[in-house]
Amino acid sequence: MSSPILQLNGLAKSFGGIEVFRNIDLEVNAGDRIAILGASGSGKSTLLRCVNVLETPNSGEIAVDGKTVGSKQRSGALKYTERELCTLRQKVGMVFQQFNLFPHMTVANNVAEGLKVVKGIASDKARGRAVSELQRVGLAEKADEFPSRLSGGQKQRVAIARALAMDPEILLFDEPTSALDPALVGEVLSVIEQLANEGRTMLLVTHEIGFAYHMATRIVFLAEGGIYETGTPDDVLKNPKRPLTQQFLADHQRFHF
Amino acid sequence: MYNWDFLPVLSESGLLLAGFRNTLILTATALTGGLAVGLLLALARLSHRRLLSLPAGIVIEVFRTTPPLVQLFWFYFGLPIILSVEMTPFLAAALTFTIQSGAFFAEIFRAGIVSIEKGQWEAARVIGMTHSQLMRRIILPQAVKRMFPSMMERSIELMKTTTLVATVSYADLLYEANELAQKTFRPLEVYTVVALIYFISITFISFLAARLEGRFARSGEMTR
Ligand SMILES: Nc1ncnc2c1ncn2[C@@H]1O[C@H](COP(=O)(O)OP(=O)(O)OP(=O)(O)O)[C@@H](O)[C@H]1O
Ligand SMILES: [Mg+2]
Repeated sequence: MSSPILQLNGLAKSFGGIEVFRNIDLEVNAGDRIAILGASGSGKSTLLRCVNVLETPNSGEIAVDGKTVGSKQRSGALKYTERELCTLRQKVGMVFQQFNLFPHMTVANNVAEGLKVVKGIASDKARGRAVSELQRVGLAEKADEFPSRLSGGQKQRVAIARALAMDPEILLFDEPTSALDPALVGEVLSVIEQLANEGRTMLLVTHEIGFAYHMATRIVFLAEGGIYETGTPDDVLKNPKRPLTQQFLADHQRFHF
Repeated sequence: MYNWDFLPVLSESGLLLAGFRNTLILTATALTGGLAVGLLLALARLSHRRLLSLPAGIVIEVFRTTPPLVQLFWFYFGLPIILSVEMTPFLAAALTFTIQSGAFFAEIFRAGIVSIEKGQWEAARVIGMTHSQLMRRIILPQAVKRMFPSMMERSIELMKTTTLVATVSYADLLYEANELAQKTFRPLEVYTVVALIYFISITFISFLAARLEGRFARSGEMTR
């Protein structure tokens, strides 16, 4: 067994003195699919955003492929150079709730942009790769449209193709279906499921508990500023041991039928 | 009843055309320089490093809050005293209006840049772009589309403000008009023609700008 793809050691984050979480330890191995659940405000997005340093952790370490990112300052916190961050982010792809496609570029150019600018791949080659990623999410025929012409579900699938094009080792999804009409949720979940079946490594923040149950290899439940309960989907979702997890699941299943 | 007579003006129209040419040269120089200076000032002003943002902020404020004529005199009569350089009217005018319009453009650039949603910055960062890549490829192209109307407005303002250079004997349109008015004793006709030249050329530029803006709107979108 090689070293884990991603390791978080003692990660802590606060905003202006208000602590979101402390002491988060997490090990992600190749092929792991970790669903992060928790009440609103429990720090799910913040945790995900610390993994690729969109938010700078206050303390703790992030290690990718066994190598710690950043260098220690005297204060004990880590400092990250732009170079390190760019390398880290190429290995860790991210998909946002709000898609965040580039509105001034066609769909194909959205996907090819990182290949051209970050990886330095020639235009025609980058386009070929972009189109094949679009094929994977079922949108090759939209290659030359502008994002404004797409439905929410299609936008999110383009955003996934854009992340995939960079060949990341891990994908981070932050509530990828929360901004969608219920009717469009399915098409995005299918794409994520297909990625799961291909054995992709991912961290997924979601409120779709049923989906988390079926696709995750592990559940992480955040509460009280840390990992409150973790285990297999069966452990955590069918037989939660601790009161806040039980409460959370009960709230989510209130209108179950 | 005043007896209009444009003939003396028209027979010397070569003078006015030469002046207009110089006005255009100065405007184009100051515009090109001003956009470059403006972008640099805006980026410096937005920098997290105070060593950059503070001086940029000072330059912007000084040039926005002092009269352009004072700036022009300072560069033309003042600067040669501390730097032993030979100051030509054109050099003084180009310097003044490059930095002055740069200060205004900087504020337009800055407003445009900060108006781009946080999600765009983050989407560029998470695919591994450096700060300069994300500025060049993602933020500025969108910001420029949004800034375009204010940029146009400011450029037209610049073209009109360049008439001040007549005071340091740069042979622009107004300077030549003054000469012609004295020569022909026909100030009413001369300044009417000059006003018309400005009116027609600026209307024409505005028309082109509106067309261009329409094109922007169609390719992709102005906003989200
Ligand atoms: N940039 C920020 N500045 C200040 N406080 C923040 C910032 N981002 C998040 N927070 C705070 O940190 C806490 C955790 O926020 P976070 O967005 O991570 O929660 P979440 O679990 O993703 O919630 P949700 O389910 O609503 O998305 C919240 O109290 C939030 O107000
Ligand atoms: Mg969130």
